[in-house]
Amino acid sequence: MNAFLSYVLHGIAVGCGFALLASGIIIIYRVTRVMNLAQGTFGVMAAFTASSLLGAGLQHGVSEILAVSLAALLGVVTGVVAIGKRGTTPQAALIATLGLGILGYAVEILVWGDQPRSFAGLGGSFELFELELPKQYALVAAVTVFVFVLLEVFFERTYAGKVLTACASNPYAARLVGISIVRMGLAAFALAGALGGVAGVLLTPLSPMSYDSDVLLFINGFASAILAGLKRPVLALGGGILLGVAEALVAGYAKASYQSAFALGLTLLILVVQGARRTLVRSFED
Amino acid sequence: MSAIEVDDLSVRYGAATALDGVSLRVAAGEMVALVGANGAGKSTLLNALSGVVRSARGSIKIEGRFAHVPEGRQLFPELTVDDNLRLGAYRTRERDTAWVYRLLPELERTAKQPAGSLSGGQQQMVAIARGLMSQPDVLAVDEMSLGLAPLVVGKLSQILKQLNAERGLAVLLVEQSARVAFSLCTRAYVLASGRIVGSGASETLAGSSLVESAYLGRAS
Repeated sequence: MNAFLSYVLHGIAVGCGFALLASGIIIIYRVTRVMNLAQGTFGVMAAFTASSLLGAGLQHGVSEILAVSLAALLGVVTGVVAIGKRGTTPQAALIATLGLGILGYAVEILVWGDQPRSFAGLGGSFELFELELPKQYALVAAVTVFVFVLLEVFFERTYAGKVLTACASNPYAARLVGISIVRMGLAAFALAGALGGVAGVLLTPLSPMSYDSDVLLFINGFASAILAGLKRPVLALGGGILLGVAEALVAGYAKASYQSAFALGLTLLILVVQGARRTLVRSFED
Repeated sequence: MSAIEVDDLSVRYGAATALDGVSLRVAAGEMVALVGANGAGKSTLLNALSGVVRSARGSIKIEGRFAHVPEGRQLFPELTVDDNLRLGAYRTRERDTAWVYRLLPELERTAKQPAGSLSGGQQQMVAIARGLMSQPDVLAVDEMSLGLAPLVVGKLSQILKQLNAERGLAVLLVEQSARVAFSLCTRAYVLASGRIVGSGASETLAGSSLVESAYLGRAS
């Protein structure tokens, strides 16, 4: 029972990170229809930057905020390359994000080398259900909940949030009322960059990042986004935690190396089921 | 003074010519109809006026603020009516919706409902109201009557007439239903296969065979 509970709690902590990545993927996809393959790169870049800043003697908090800001900036750069040119199709933009992700490898190896990097998070432990858990778990969960509350307030209560929703809902109508779809797409990329950055700096103390960790981050973020139906960013929290817990159980009771295969298998299953249902609906409409 | 002045406008979609040398005028405070069959190029003309499609040739001049109420309403269905209206004021930043609700009191009780949950007539009203939120001097309405009951069309026509009379709003009404267009506008243009094939007073056009020919593809 204790083992089960510890897998679940570990899964929730890691799943929070997946949820943050997934919300970024969903925001970009909804506003621009682009699947951003560089989402994991934002996390790795932020993690590496934070580790360097901490290594240079900067305080915790400041380092992470600077690293997340850099990730947001990288988001904008990715957006400019992917959708900056008018008339770029989402498919072409997807390839551009893939290219930028690979370019990210080169930059990361050049600046930080090819060895995994990590930094200490919140030290110490706390007790929950008679289990000794790292405090970093609590930090990850608290920051994630805080970020998701902010996202909910942003999309539901602010005019800027409604403008982004309008672009996702009906880009043609959004243009008619004077909204620049490209500018809003860049805002979505910036937001997603920051969200990926937050995931990176939160997860690194739990498991070291290497230059190619972005693939794993993307796969898990993507799977969580698909679990959330690629709809509201807030739903990604459920998707991420569900996936995190499921993977932790797979790793605990089977093998850790099955985790990614499990995430991909689950994604494929959901896509096939959704695709089949949509075809069925269409055939009724026809 | 013209609210809209279009001269020799051509629009192409790849090899296909959607508009071919179209010239059209709407005076300030005037209500003008643009009629024609499906695919004649009416919506393309409005999209060119909005800047959504680029022209290959010709010029467009618009005096004052222009708002485009598109075909098929094109609301933001998951957002509330109030949000839809406030987004209409994106350019002007004057987001107080009270005056539009005074003008269209039927909408006020739906303010907090998702726009997608309303009836077709109510949605068309929201679409017009969203256009009005940008405080336009000229309003282009695309296929207002499409799929709506005559009673609802009558109500919407009355609203446009009222706006025209009270606020001096110029209206360019794009309609497949020539009957609705001619009853509402004093002057009209007939568009067929991307070209203006006739224009004049609505009364005159209503009595001529030109409109029928244009709709049946016999106009040249």
